[in-house]
Amino acid sequence: MNSTLQLIMPAYPEVFLLIMTSIILMVDLYLPERRRYLTYLLSQVTLLGCAILTIGMLQATNGETAFAFNDMFVGDVMSDVLKLVTYIAVSAYFAYSRVYLADRKLLSGDFFVLSLFSMLGMMVMISANHLIALYVGLELMSLCLYALIALNRDSAQSTEAAMKYFVLGALASGLLLYGMSMLYGATGTLYIREIADVIASGQANHIVLVFGLVFIVAGVAFKLGAVPFHMWIPDVYHGATNAVTLFIGTASKLAGFAMAIRLLVSGLLPLAFDWQMMLIILAVLSLAVGNVVAIAQTNIKRMLGYSAISHMGFVILGLLAGVVDGNTFGAANAYSAAMFYAVIYVLMGLGAFGMVLLLSREGFEAENLSDFKGLNQRSPWYAFMMLLVMFAMAGVPPTAGFYAKLAVLEPLIAAGHVWLAVFAVICSVIGAFYYLRVVKLMYFDEPEDTSPLQAGLDMRMVLSANGLSMLVLGILPGPLMALCLYAAQSL
Amino acid sequence: MTAETPWLSLAIWIPILFGAAVLATGADRNARIARWLALIGSVIGFLVTIPLFTGFDTGTSAFQFVELKPWIDRFNINYHLGVDGISMLFVLLNSLITVLVIIAGWQVIQSRVAQYMAAFLIMSGLMNGVFSALDGMLFYVFFEATLIPMYLVIGVWGGPNRVYAAFKFFLYTLLGSLLLLVGFIYLYVQSNNSFSIPDWFNVPIAMTPQILLFFAFLAAFSVKVPMWPVHTWLPDAHVEAPTGGSMVLAAIMLKLGTYGFIRFSLPILPDASRELAWLIIALSLIAVVYIGLVAMVQSDMKKLVAYSSVAHMGFVTLGFFLFNSIGVEGALIQALSHGFVSAAMFFCIGVMYDRLHSRQIADYGGVVNSMPKFAAFMMLFSMANAGLPATSGFVGEFMVVLGAMKTNFWVAFVAGTALITGAAYTLWMYKRVIFGAIVNPHVAEMEDINRREFLVLGLLAIAVLAMGIYPFPFTEVMHASVADLLKHVAAGKL
Repeated sequence: MNSTLQLIMPAYPEVFLLIMTSIILMVDLYLPERRRYLTYLLSQVTLLGCAILTIGMLQATNGETAFAFNDMFVGDVMSDVLKLVTYIAVSAYFAYSRVYLADRKLLSGDFFVLSLFSMLGMMVMISANHLIALYVGLELMSLCLYALIALNRDSAQSTEAAMKYFVLGALASGLLLYGMSMLYGATGTLYIREIADVIASGQANHIVLVFGLVFIVAGVAFKLGAVPFHMWIPDVYHGATNAVTLFIGTASKLAGFAMAIRLLVSGLLPLAFDWQMMLIILAVLSLAVGNVVAIAQTNIKRMLGYSAISHMGFVILGLLAGVVDGNTFGAANAYSAAMFYAVIYVLMGLGAFGMVLLLSREGFEAENLSDFKGLNQRSPWYAFMMLLVMFAMAGVPPTAGFYAKLAVLEPLIAAGHVWLAVFAVICSVIGAFYYLRVVKLMYFDEPEDTSPLQAGLDMRMVLSANGLSMLVLGILPGPLMALCLYAAQSL
Repeated sequence: MTAETPWLSLAIWIPILFGAAVLATGADRNARIARWLALIGSVIGFLVTIPLFTGFDTGTSAFQFVELKPWIDRFNINYHLGVDGISMLFVLLNSLITVLVIIAGWQVIQSRVAQYMAAFLIMSGLMNGVFSALDGMLFYVFFEATLIPMYLVIGVWGGPNRVYAAFKFFLYTLLGSLLLLVGFIYLYVQSNNSFSIPDWFNVPIAMTPQILLFFAFLAAFSVKVPMWPVHTWLPDAHVEAPTGGSMVLAAIMLKLGTYGFIRFSLPILPDASRELAWLIIALSLIAVVYIGLVAMVQSDMKKLVAYSSVAHMGFVTLGFFLFNSIGVEGALIQALSHGFVSAAMFFCIGVMYDRLHSRQIADYGGVVNSMPKFAAFMMLFSMANAGLPATSGFVGEFMVVLGAMKTNFWVAFVAGTALITGAAYTLWMYKRVIFGAIVNPHVAEMEDINRREFLVLGLLAIAVLAMGIYPFPFTEVMHASVADLLKHVAAGKL
């Protein structure tokens, strides 16, 4: 008994989460509507417990990689750090959504349970060392997301968005599975690290591998939302309730990033030359399309959707700078940069969508850019928070977004892709336009709607911390950067 | 050195912290507190820069008041500050102008006072950071961060077309500076992972990358200066910005660009600088002559002074790329002098605008009848703008022309014509606005300057005259640093 417990040690947070989510599911059944906050509290406590377990793991393993479940599950610094960021994202997501959903009579136990199960799927993805484990995590995450998008079942728009996401998601899963089967056919193993060993030994058929690789990259690109696999993003962002959009726009991106790291870096590093070429195309298209199309949006959720596409372009830029001429000397540097960008992006996304939720109130969805008009006169403090988030997204110092760009551009230039870097910065100037437009609406225009903002204390605190984190991480980005480097070196 | 008082850090952070405190006073019902707090902050911010001048060792070209602390280990970025003879005076200029800007906005700004004052204080701290940063990334962070408050100042308190101007200002400068960022990262990679500017002075770089880097730097700094043909954002920004915004924009923010040339382009890329000096000289001469002519036909006073700024900055960039000490020192003097003169000119226009709410030259005429004291001050600053001897405007322009004469007679000749056009557009505007018969009945009702305005104009007048009559202390400060810089440029890196 004792030894079994020790064997699954790297998976303690997942096991704890599973047990707690099941308990929440049961408890919630017996709670009356007015006691729903207990479910909320219990969910937050669960996240806290997971965080404590993960931090304990981080200290206990001391940078060593640990395996569980016959090596299908891996616990390393990368997975621990990504999980911690996921907890932060989900915790903020709950805090931001509570009042919003309660106003719309959507604050049910289902919401918390589905979200937590979805998070469980993300955690499995983050820690997967086996193609099937990865796939199971992905499906667990996605199925819960499909249901969450359709949470507001009376809304035709939400149902349509869920349907779209489901169909396209299933297609992407199919592509991914097909790619995985190719990898299995070529290498004879499903263990991600073994795949890398077999390829490195030169025993696998290169044609089959590259064939499979194309599908793998397509699947990853779909989850990240990189062009040309981005079609679902604007509609799903737009159609889902604001709260769920926040979840898709932040935590699930992190899971997508983890999938890219596990598959491409842990599993297919010997094929880096091939997939880096593909990623260049994805990055260039994402940066261009995301930034240019975002300018034309009047709906802030769609705008943030396109902005997410362009940000993923930057993450991909970090991923493709790791291996130069078969030399992995700068790999940890580049992957840590991509990771740093992904983490900062999650924080920025939380802040931006959090503001959308803050402005929404009973019977009113703050979906249009014009809803931000004159926010500085309604609430200087939250206007300032949004200002920080927007400048962070535009990558202007002294906000955290700047260091994310710096971190990515450095390995990119070191890898010799100077022109790619120039292209990226030109795209970010285009992108700066629509972030500035939000600032303009908040600061330069007169408010159309002068009703005071309503939010619970938890939301006010978390949103303020979220906004200020842009500035704090902008002035002291060092520790988080070092942590990301530590994580990338553990791969 | 490190055990001493960190004057530079104080010069940077005191205004920023006071800015945050002013911001915290919040709504306009506390406007009085916000104003006084801002004034106190700016005065203290200026006082802490005085030891930089009094304690400055003019005998060395090394960086002084150096502070060095690790900041971001991951990229070997340090909180590295220090000033030499080139940058020190700009820190003083900036801190002094901030005090004047706060006073200038005392009554004019009635809405969102705290945010207005805070924006200028924070901007002042950030710009001190630009002038004293010795780490490339630290420089970049300060350089870029100044965009945010300026964007808000133009957009919130500006004129009718402010949104367009604010966007143009921001996006123009952002494009330039992001290319600068790419250049910095390239240098970081080349110099074996160092962002230290003194290290960069000695990194060997081949000719082709030097040329490419030169253009990347040019993109950033030429927009900021601004040089012809990327100057078009400036008239828009000036016209729409409130008086304080115009003052800071002209007096300090344009200097960030010229400072960039002398701190980065010249010493880090000496060979490319010599190779492409003809380009900069040509662009500068176009700015001096063509923009001078453009200024002449303006009907809007602010636009006129904005164009004259572009022409004056042409002198500065011209002086830098002459590669002789009189030219470079003249250019620096010109930059400082322009800081005072343009701030004064914009303030004068602001004074008139507050009374008549028009910037059109045609709406005025005969102002001297109703505002004699003001007319006297404006006369002095117009003369300084035109480069009359005994004002600061003369010293810089004269030294640059002298330096140009050493290099090439025709360059000096063309630059010299600017003294004529400069006099023409400034004095012609002065004549039309101040003298003549009163056409507009509202002009007769204009009240002369009050004590607050007198204080601002008086301080600026003292500065302009002091620099004009006895420029020796200023040139003495920069002499060692400029000589060292020129030696470095002459040696090259190839």
